[in-house]
Amino acid sequence: MHAPDGFIDASVSAAAGAVAAAAVAVSLRGARREQGGTSRSGTAGSGGELTAPLAGLVAAFIFAVQMLNFPVGAGTSGHLLGGALAAILVGPYTGVLCVSVVLLMQAVLFADGGLTALGVNITTMAITTAVVAYPVFRGLVKVLPRTRRSVTAASFVAALLSVPASAVVFTLLYAVGGTTDVSIGKVATAMVGVHLVIGLGEAVITALTVGAVVAVRPDLVYGARGLRQKLRLRVDGELVDAPDTTEPEPVGARSRKGIWIGGLVTSLVLAGFVSFYASADPDGLERVATDHGIDEKAREHANADSPLADYGVEDVDDARLSGGLAGVIGVGVTVVAGTGVFWVVRRRGTDRKADAAAPGDTTPGNAPPGDAARSDASPSDTSDTGV
Amino acid sequence: MGAGHAHRLYRHGHSPVHALPPHTKLAAVLALVVVVVSTPREAMWAFAVYAGLLALVAYAARVPAVFLLERLLIEVPFVAFAVLLPFVAEGERVGVLGLSLSVNGLWGAWNVLAKGTLGVAASVLLASTTELRELLLGLQRLRLPPLLVQIASFMVRYGDVVTDEMRRMRIARESRGFEARGVRHWGVLAKSAGALFIRSYERGERVHLAMVSRGYSGSMPVIDEVTASRTQWSYALALPCAAFVVCLLGWTL
Repeated sequence: MHAPDGFIDASVSAAAGAVAAAAVAVSLRGARREQGGTSRSGTAGSGGELTAPLAGLVAAFIFAVQMLNFPVGAGTSGHLLGGALAAILVGPYTGVLCVSVVLLMQAVLFADGGLTALGVNITTMAITTAVVAYPVFRGLVKVLPRTRRSVTAASFVAALLSVPASAVVFTLLYAVGGTTDVSIGKVATAMVGVHLVIGLGEAVITALTVGAVVAVRPDLVYGARGLRQKLRLRVDGELVDAPDTTEPEPVGARSRKGIWIGGLVTSLVLAGFVSFYASADPDGLERVATDHGIDEKAREHANADSPLADYGVEDVDDARLSGGLAGVIGVGVTVVAGTGVFWVVRRRGTDRKADAAAPGDTTPGNAPPGDAARSDASPSDTSDTGV
Repeated sequence: MGAGHAHRLYRHGHSPVHALPPHTKLAAVLALVVVVVSTPREAMWAFAVYAGLLALVAYAARVPAVFLLERLLIEVPFVAFAVLLPFVAEGERVGVLGLSLSVNGLWGAWNVLAKGTLGVAASVLLASTTELRELLLGLQRLRLPPLLVQIASFMVRYGDVVTDEMRRMRIARESRGFEARGVRHWGVLAKSAGALFIRSYERGERVHLAMVSRGYSGSMPVIDEVTASRTQWSYALALPCAAFVVCLLGWTL
C-alpha cells in the first residue's frame, strides 16, 4: 500500500500533504487530551508529557507488529496494517499520530513509500483508517451488549471496513491525480477487491488482538473505556457497589472550548473528504457499469486485470462482485464517516462529563505509583531514557 | 541496545556527504524528489541525468553501488504493479512482441518506475549517510512539531526493544513446539501481538514516570542545536538546484 514517488502527480500529492498536515496537527492536540485521560496523576494539565513516550512506544509496537507474519497457507503470509488497531487501542488521535510517525520513519529510513507520497500515504493509511474504524467501533460498542465479545466483534467490523475504505480513498486520489490513464472503475475494482480480502485478514487479526488485550488489561483499550464494570465488593456474601471514594475533579472551561474547536476543525476536514466522496462516487459506479456493459472486450480486460490474480483473487466473478461492492462501500463509508464524526464529537462531550462524574474509574488495574517508580530502576529503562 | 544506535541502513563513513548537517540533507532530498516528480515523463534523458547526479552523490558518499542496488529492492512490489500497467491502461495500443500494450500504460509504467526508483535511491542515500539521531534533529530543525519529533524519537529508540521483545516471544513460542502454518494459528499470534501491545504500553508508562522523575515536563531540551553554514547549505542544495535546471530543460525541450 505504500505509494512510491511518481504514482500520484505533484499537485495532488501536495494537496494530500496539506490534508495530512492538518489532520496531524488536529491529532497532536487531540492526543494530548486522550492521553490526559489515562494519566495516572489524572489532572487535566498533564497528558502533554505522557503523549510522547506512550505514543512513541505504541508507534514502535505498530512498527514491530507489522513485521509479525500471519501465515495464510500455501507459503503466503500477510501482516497487520495496524491503523484500525491503533485507533481502537489508544484512541483515534493517538492512533493517527502513531501510524503517521511509522509511515514517516518508513519513508525516511527505509525508503518504503516515497517522500512526496508521504501525504498520500498518511491520508490513506493513517487518517482514513482511524476516521472510519473508530466511529464504527464506538457505534457498535454502544449498540451491542456491554460484553467483551461485543468489543471483539466491533473491532472486527471496524477493521474490516477500514482497509477497503483506505483503498477507496487511494482510488479517489488516483482518480484525481493518477499519472496513468487507467479507468477508475478498474482501479477501484482491483484496489477494493484486493483490499476486501486483505481487510478480512486485518479484521480477524485486529479482533483477535483486541480480544487478547481486553481479556488481560481492559483498561488499556481506549475504545472500550465505557465498558468498565463498577467496582463491587463482597460484603457478608453479598455484592455491594463500592462507593466512589474520590471527589469529582473541577472541569475547566478551557478544556470544553478546546474540545469544541478541535471537533469543529476535525469535522471541517472531514466534511471536505465526505463531499469529495459524494461528488466522485457515482462517477466511479457509472464507469464500472459501463465497463461491464461492453461485454466481449470488457471480459477480456477483466481477465488481464491481473492485480487481482497477483494478489490471489482469481475469478472474474469475484471482480464483478467486488466492483459492485466498491460502490456500496463507498456509499457506506460516506454515511458512516459523516454520521460517525458528529456522533463522536457529541459523544466526546458526554464522555467528558462522565469522566468528570466518576474520575475514580480511570485508574483501576494500574500499579500504584510507588511500584512503577521502583520498576523504573531496572537498568534497561533508565539507560534508555538518556538522550 | 548494545549494538549502538545506528540503524541497519546507516553506513558509517567520513565522506563530505556524511559531514553535511542533517537538515540540509533532508531539505535537499525533499526538494530533489519534488523536482523529479514534477518532471514530464516524456523527457527520458532528464531521468538519466538525475540518476547520474545521484550516482555522483553516492560516489562522494562512498556508498558502493551494490549496497545501493540491494536497498532498491524495496520497491519490487511496485515494479510488479508497473509491469501490469501497459496491459490494463486505456487508449491507443501498440503491438510489442505479439502483445497488445497500451501506449499510455507504457508511459505510466515508465513514469512510476523512473520516479519511484529515483525517490527510493535518494531516500536510501539519505538514510545511509545520516545517523538516526541526526535525522531526528534534522526533522526538528525543519520545524516539524516537537511532539511529533519526540514520538518519532521514542519510536526509533524503542523500536529495537519492542522488536526484540517480539523476537523473544517467537522463540518462546517455537521452543514450545508451536509452528504457525495457517489461519488456524492466528489466535496464538494475535495473543502475542496483544501481549506485545500491553508490554509496550506499560513500558511507555514506566518510561514516562522515569522521565518525569528526572524533570521531564513535556519537551526535550535541545542540547546540541545543529546549525548549517551558508557553504554547507549551498553544497547540499547543489543537487536539487542542478536537478531543477534539468527539470526546466525537460519542460522546455
